[in-house]
Amino acid sequence: MSDDLTALTIKDASRLLRLGTISAADLVAAHVERIERVDPHVKAYLRFTPELWEKQADEADRKIRQGDAPPLAGIPLAVKDVLCVRGVETTAGSQILKGFRPPYTGTAVGRLFEAGAVMLGVTNCDEFAMGSSTENSGYFPTRNPWDLERVPGGSSGGSAAAVAAGEAMIALGTDTGGSIRQPAALCGVVGMKPTYGRVSRYGLIAFASSLDQVGPFARSVDDAAITLALMSGYDPLDATSSDRPGMEVLNNSEGGVKGMRLGVPREYYDVKGIEPGVKAAIDAALFILRREGAEIVDISLPHTDYGLAAYYIIAPAECSSNLARFDGVRYGLSEVDAPNITDEYLQTRRKGFGTEVRRRVMLGTYALSSGYYDAYYLKAQKVRTLIKRDFDDAFKKCDAIVSATSPTVAFPIGAKTQDPLSMYLCDVLTLGGNLAGLPGISVPCGTSEGLPVGLQVLGPQWGESVVLRVARAYEAASEMRAEVASVV
Amino acid sequence: MSSGQDNAPTPSVPRGGAAPGEWGGEWEVVIGVEVHVQPKTLTKMFCGCGVAPLNAPPNTHVCEVCLGLPGVLPVPNRAAVEACLKTALALNCEIPRHTKFDRKNYMYPDLPKGYQISQYDLPMSINGFLEVGTRKVRIRRVHLEEDTGKLIHAGDKLHRAWESFVDLNRAGVPLMEIVSEPDLRSADEARDYAMELRTLLRTIGASEADMEKGQLRAEPNISIRRAGADELGVKTELKNINSFRALHRAILYEVDRQRQVVESGGAVVQETRGWSEAEQRTFSQRSKEFAEDYRYFPEPDLPPLELDRAWVEELRAALPELPSVRRARLLEQLPATHVAIIGADRELADLYETAVARGAPPASTANWIVNEVAPSGKLLSPESLAELMKLMHDGSVTRDQAREAYLEAVETGRTPAEIVAEHGYAQVSDESELRVIAEAVIDANPQAATDYRAGKKQAMQALMADLRKRAPQANPRVASELLLRLLA
Repeated sequence: MSDDLTALTIKDASRLLRLGTISAADLVAAHVERIERVDPHVKAYLRFTPELWEKQADEADRKIRQGDAPPLAGIPLAVKDVLCVRGVETTAGSQILKGFRPPYTGTAVGRLFEAGAVMLGVTNCDEFAMGSSTENSGYFPTRNPWDLERVPGGSSGGSAAAVAAGEAMIALGTDTGGSIRQPAALCGVVGMKPTYGRVSRYGLIAFASSLDQVGPFARSVDDAAITLALMSGYDPLDATSSDRPGMEVLNNSEGGVKGMRLGVPREYYDVKGIEPGVKAAIDAALFILRREGAEIVDISLPHTDYGLAAYYIIAPAECSSNLARFDGVRYGLSEVDAPNITDEYLQTRRKGFGTEVRRRVMLGTYALSSGYYDAYYLKAQKVRTLIKRDFDDAFKKCDAIVSATSPTVAFPIGAKTQDPLSMYLCDVLTLGGNLAGLPGISVPCGTSEGLPVGLQVLGPQWGESVVLRVARAYEAASEMRAEVASVV
Repeated sequence: MSSGQDNAPTPSVPRGGAAPGEWGGEWEVVIGVEVHVQPKTLTKMFCGCGVAPLNAPPNTHVCEVCLGLPGVLPVPNRAAVEACLKTALALNCEIPRHTKFDRKNYMYPDLPKGYQISQYDLPMSINGFLEVGTRKVRIRRVHLEEDTGKLIHAGDKLHRAWESFVDLNRAGVPLMEIVSEPDLRSADEARDYAMELRTLLRTIGASEADMEKGQLRAEPNISIRRAGADELGVKTELKNINSFRALHRAILYEVDRQRQVVESGGAVVQETRGWSEAEQRTFSQRSKEFAEDYRYFPEPDLPPLELDRAWVEELRAALPELPSVRRARLLEQLPATHVAIIGADRELADLYETAVARGAPPASTANWIVNEVAPSGKLLSPESLAELMKLMHDGSVTRDQAREAYLEAVETGRTPAEIVAEHGYAQVSDESELRVIAEAVIDANPQAATDYRAGKKQAMQALMADLRKRAPQANPRVASELLLRLLA
């Protein structure tokens, strides 16, 4: 029984809850049992929130009994360690924030709580969301539930692995260059990054403010869609959030791809380093989409090659400033025994930040320095404009763009940790969507060498419904519903 | 060049000819002023915290946003933007269509985020001017930013302190920065400029601009050059100035210091110097050789501001009459010495003009405001002032009685007429009542009466003095006429 409960989708679970077949407490208990069994192997979670889940499950059961259950009543949720939850230790995967308990709950998480979700715990991630394998966590690496010797992807690897392993029904991640879509692909689940501004960033510990977005992981497109819709919409606490209604993401998001034009960018299709098995899975997906009535059109995103370079200027530049607040003065790690304030800063940050974070803070500081600003930051912003224009031009020729999410399947733990550049290449197909602020999803699309492959669908700005429509159509036609990895 | 009128032992401004050294001519002083003004707002620049009163206990007006906790975001304060725009319009500035906020990055314990949100290359306004006396001082820019917190050191300065405390009540308080071109030529002009700015800010309601409360901070930058030279000399910037008087003295001191440096063959070093009120001198704080690289870049958490032109025009149309215009109008009715005081304070000018409009005699009302209201700072309603001035003008009360009635009216809020009636202040002008007294006076002073009749006109003074002693409420004009008639 309990494993069945951890393989449900929101729709099925909600039906059982409303029928009274199961209670929210049962659903939580099944997940806790599952976690106890598999998480010692997967290590998706950094910490658990039993007080919250008890309270929230009680509340959900009460509301279900009263007949006014909100849409996510009783649905087990995992939250990436970069999203603040009041009173819950939130560390952005970093030692520097060890012990930090925010006195506020971020807007996206708060909206899911209001919708009845039950938080099980905080999931592991690369430190400050910087990485593509969750190996940069300041605590421990998370493992891919489909092969424990491999990475789950990153930076939201803990959330992706938790959903893939049946340790949560849905999870929240953040996507700055691909940090939701890439781990979703590597773990064989659905992961969606909304249009920049769709979901409030309030309560998200910033990595790169102009690129970060919060988004859902789920085991079906339906579940991802409803979760996204419920956390979307204007937030007076985030000046970059849009006033478009959140629920519009569901408008016309069903109905198939018949007559739709789907663009395949040749720069993505033939991207350097793409594995033959991944390419074959994408070819098969294109075949299915064509069979469903979509027109597949060849398009070009000519500045793709410069995207990675621009991204690795802009993101570190913003992070170098965003991370300046971690100085040991007010919260988190503090090396107060230093002889003076400068040494206190240096010692706190040297001890608290990991290698990759330090690398990016230094890169970003350099890129913004007087005398280098024009050559690096300004030029990168110009490239960003060109990349946006690439997408604008592309969407004149097609309704949505399809490609692989990641050029490779999950790689072995340790394979890329010594070579940051090869790790950065993991995001080559996803970061364009961040630079242009576009919505994108990764849905399971078969396997290569026994490991999950992800199909990425990108839409125009505010085009979540188009993205969801293509993803739903593919999911239905391919019958490739995300499965729960058995793990043990 | 002007010298100050201060009687304190400050050094005199150099005068041509007297100085030794290679240059025997006049030195020209060149001053620009950077003024920080706290706009009148209920809340801080980017969060909902109230602006703390001056002596609020430390860290009582703070929230997660102004504390710079992880995951929080700034939201601009519309009232601060409005105050800045009003100021810019009153200073004849251009308001560009696009403006944005930038991050100024540096680490210091009073700066919770590790950066200050300010404006760099696209300020809210540019290219204005302010007329000060006969000089038109160009305004380079007026922009908006946030204040930092305050450090309290136990021991010495930050690097040597035994213990340091951080008070973040002021962190995030809005500030307008008003930057002048180096158009001022003396300490007098710089002080007058700052005072004129204060009058303007109060008139348009943009700020209370109280220097002692830190709502207006002036930081002059000063250089000297040979009279007639085109190039600017090396400048120093002065900080820690807490009053107009200190501004004046600090500039006098600094000009003299620079002259001595140059005349003894040295060179002025570009640096920031602090003004010590206790020692009445400036001292070196920070040399520009070690200037920080602030790594300015556009604030990604705040979208660029596209200022609504209709709103800007509405604000422009709603500006009250500016002090320079009002002063010109007052000069047509009043002497310059009175205008200097009444025209420098919107409340006094309003009081004057409204009271006169209610029938108060202009000359004595202006006189009253300058001599009674301005020194005491005790304002009463224009209606009451008009009533009081009329009572004094038609001889119903003496000036001393009017002063008592004025003070009591301010304190109790009652009308002068009520007070005068209640105290029996009203002068006795009734001839039949006064005749009895006048006759008694003549009887009691036969010698004086005889003297007067013999042509010694000054004998009347003795008679009047006795009359006033017997009847203090006697209307002097009526009483003396009566005496004259009785003695004729």
